[in-house]
Formats: sequence, structure tokens, C-alpha cells
Amino acid sequence: MDWDAIWLTLRLASATTCILFCIGLPLAYWLANTRWSGRVVIEALVTLPIVLPPTVLGFYLLVLMGPHSAVGSMLRSVMGVRLPFTFIGILIGSVLFNLPFAVRPFVAAFNSLDRRLIEASWCLGVSRLETFRRITLPLCWPGIFAGLILTFAHTVGEFGVVLMLGGNIPGRTRTLAISIYDNVQALDYAAAGQTSALLFGFSVVVLCVTQWLSRPESLR
Amino acid sequence: MRDELVAQFDKRYLSGAEVVIDFHQSCTETPVTALFGPSGCGKTTLLRCLAGLIHPDRGQIRFRDQTWYSHELNIALTPQQRDIGFLFQDYALFPHLSVADNIGFGLRDRTVRPAQVAEMLRLFDLGGLEHRHPKEISGGQQQRVALARALARRPQLLLLDEPLSALDALLREQMRGELRRMLAELGMPVILVTHDRVEAIALADQVAVMDAGRIEQIGSVHDVFTRPKNAALARLVGVETVVRGEILESHDGLVIVAVGTARLLAVAPLQPSPFVHVCIKGEDVALQKGDVGSSSVRNHLTAIVRAITPEGPLVRVNLDCGFELTSLITRPACEELQLKTGDRITAMLKAPAIHLIPRTHHS
Repeated sequence: MDWDAIWLTLRLASATTCILFCIGLPLAYWLANTRWSGRVVIEALVTLPIVLPPTVLGFYLLVLMGPHSAVGSMLRSVMGVRLPFTFIGILIGSVLFNLPFAVRPFVAAFNSLDRRLIEASWCLGVSRLETFRRITLPLCWPGIFAGLILTFAHTVGEFGVVLMLGGNIPGRTRTLAISIYDNVQALDYAAAGQTSALLFGFSVVVLCVTQWLSRPESLR
Repeated sequence: MRDELVAQFDKRYLSGAEVVIDFHQSCTETPVTALFGPSGCGKTTLLRCLAGLIHPDRGQIRFRDQTWYSHELNIALTPQQRDIGFLFQDYALFPHLSVADNIGFGLRDRTVRPAQVAEMLRLFDLGGLEHRHPKEISGGQQQRVALARALARRPQLLLLDEPLSALDALLREQMRGELRRMLAELGMPVILVTHDRVEAIALADQVAVMDAGRIEQIGSVHDVFTRPKNAALARLVGVETVVRGEILESHDGLVIVAVGTARLLAVAPLQPSPFVHVCIKGEDVALQKGDVGSSSVRNHLTAIVRAITPEGPLVRVNLDCGFELTSLITRPACEELQLKTGDRITAMLKAPAIHLIPRTHHS
């Protein structure tokens, strides 16, 4: 078993999930509540990774981060960071690629909340932020949690973006999915089988948990 | 400081609908105002503008010495800044919180919160339910919790959106009396929205009839429902019979009106006009079979029963007495008369019960 790959994958998935919780929640709340007509464009951009081939997203990010682009060269000269083939690089790719898997369940959860509960809280003199903490979060929690689990699981299995951006550097960018590919390339079917079984079991558990979360009682 | 609520504003919707409001309410003399009208007439818009949940496009809203909204001064207070109580149509109780936590939700001072919640539980007869969740209590109890929650902060103004419509018919009747009693005890200005005539009559001191985005008539419950300003309003407030008539003669404040082939004695309208709309409420038309004998009722009309429709405790009887007249009588009265379609009967109608609205010749 490739423990380096397991550890790296867990780090990548956890970091992606945390970042998407922090930026996805406000973005989803805004999408669910705004009446601005440009909303559809933002929605389309957020959804794009679902239909876009991962390699395409990976390719563009690679070019953008690379030393020949304005962004890449600026990052390198000003901050001294190089993104391609690093953990930060694949993390950025992973966050962008997983945006829809977090934001869409969040938006669905916010939309399913009865708006009058929020208005009732405002009319009781409770501020918008407090209302979000005391009404929106507790009532939307199952949907938010489902989005986070989906994001985590999806990152664990991500292949295309990581390969394009990170290559295959053990301990740095070689995740479990890439390790399977690598094993097969090296005709090590036993190792590939072990890792595959691990990911298979993990996926089944994730699906069971999300199903359990979306049962009617947990939504009250 | 003027002790009143003033709302003068307009709000236009993308659909083209426009709500134009000019509304004053004294906070002391007429504490409970009902905004009455069909759905889509703008009454909910007015209520939500008062709450600050939506803002008008132009105009101003003032409450006592505070400006809540002013287009000119660029003021638009949020609901949090207005110190109001709002009762939502289906109560909008927080499903994840207990009855006690719902009631105490808006109370900021943690030290006095338990005492205040206990006080509200007692006032609204909710003792023993404090740990239940909203799903686990009855509709009537939910309404009391919602009202207790809205009043726990002792707001300056109470807004009720269709307060009884979420209850079933039987409970609605019980709660009507109870709510009236509670509102009277509060002594705080209340504005409620309803499309139910009975609800407006039972709960309000003053009624504002709204239609197509405008307040068409505002006055006491009695005035609005028995003395509507025009024929359209008469139909809107549920006057069963609105027909055209012509005044034939007039003396001593009384007039003889020709309606169809019938002649009616009525009290003269305030503005003299030969052409009138004749408004007759169904409950003012009494029915009798056979010989009438002597009676103080001046109008005795021979009528033929055209249709009999039961409506809850009442029966609606459509009559032809030279014009189409509708009578509302109780079910036992209907059984006693043994009414059948086609029967010949006498309809009796007191002169003061006939409301005449002047009209132009062609209207």
C-alpha cells in the first residue's frame, strides 16, 4: 500500500473541503438570494467543471500558472512561488474543479429553506449574521454536510486535473488515483487492486452517508 | 410628536402592477385596522413595506416621531430597526427550536429572558409545552406561540398577515374570539391583512378596503360593510344584491325607488341623484310564507324562489321579485319555511337596510 499517496490524498481532500466550505458557503448564499440578472453567468461558471473535461481545466491552469504567463511569472518574481507540480498547485486545481460539487448542494439547501423563517428572525430584531448562524446554518446543515462529503470524496478520486498540474511526484503530487494508474503502467496489478478496493469501499461508505443525510427526517 | 402611522408611497412591480398607498392610522383611537381585499390587491405589499421586508419605490413611511422610509431623505430602516411584531400567515415558527426558544428568540438580555419567556407562556396559556417543538403542538397552539414570540419584545406596532387562515374552520371560529380579546388587551396599534369579511368584522375597529393596488375606502367596520362608497366596493365587501334603480319620489328623507318592476321604500342618499345603485345585504332580507299581517317592515315583495344553496350555517336563497334579490337565512328557518324552488313567498326588507349609492345615468 502506498502510504505516501494515502496521506497526500487525505491532505489534499481535507484542504480542498475546508477551502470550499469557506468560499463556497458565502458564494452559495449569495447565489441563492441575489436577484441580480448576472447571476446566471456566475452559476454557469461554477457549474462548468461538471461538463468540462478535467484535462482541459488542468491544461489551462498549467498554462496560466506556468513561467511563460503573466500570472505565473508574477507569482514567481514577486512571491517566489512556483505552482505547477507542487501541492499548492494541485490544491488550486482541485478547489476550482470541485466548486460545483460543493456550491450546488449548498445552493439547493439554502433554496429549500423557507424564506419566511429568515424574515421572521429579522422582524424579531435579530441581525442578518445572527440569523444565518441561528436559523440558516442549523436548518441547512444536512445539505451543507452532504456537499462537503461529496467534495471530499470527489477530490480523493480526482485524476485528470492532478495529473496535468502535478504530474506524478511521490509524496508531493502523486495521489491515490494516480498511484493506481502508475501501478498499472508498471504492471503491478496487485498494488493497483489493493488501492482500487480501498477507494471502492470508501465510495460506498460516502454514498451511504449522503443518502442517510438526505432522508426526510434529517431535514425536519 | 404625532401619535400616528403615516404611509404614503408607491411601489411598482415588474409585472406592471402598481401599489399606491395613502394611509394614516391613529395609534390611540382606532387600534386595530384590517386591510381587506381580494388576493393581489396590494394589501400584503403594504404590510411588508410597513415591516421593512420590502421597500417602496417612492414616498415615505413614518411611525410616531420616527421616519421608517423616505425616498427623499434616502432613509430605509431594516425590519430589525423598526421594533415591530410580525405574525406570518403560517406562523413561520423555527422548526429546530422548542416553544420556549421560539418565544425567547428575539430577547437579547439573557438574564431576564427566562422570566420573560415564562411570562409569555403564562399569558398565552402555553404552560407545559415549553419543551415541545412546533411540529408537536396543535395549529391553535402554534398560533399562540407565534403571537407570543412576536409580542415578547413588546413591539410598538403589531402586523398580522392573515392571522387565522392557517387554521381549520372549526378552530378558526374559536380563535377569532380569542384573538379579538388578546388584541383588545394589548392596546397597541395593530394592522392585519385579511380577505375574509367575517375575520375583518370580528377583529378590526377600522377597515381599509383595497382593490387593484389602492385603498378605496377606509372607515369603521360598520360603515365599510354596510355603506360602501360605490357599486364595485359593494360587490367587493360582499353585498349580495347590487342592482340599478331610479328614484321616483322623495319626501321626509325617504324615497321610493323603482328597481326592475318592484318599488322599494328607502332612506334618501346623502347626495341627491335620480339614479342609484341599490345595495341590499342578504341577512337583511327576511322571508315569510302566506299572510304577512301587520309589521313595521315597510317593504313586502312577492317573490319566486329561484335557487336554494346551503352555505355552512346559512342558506342562500335566490329570489325573483321583479329584480334579482338574494336572501341569507339560517338553516332552521329554511326548514321551517319548507322552501322549494318555484315557491311563491314574501320577502321583507326594512327601509334603513337599503343602501343607495348615487350613480350617473349610464353607469
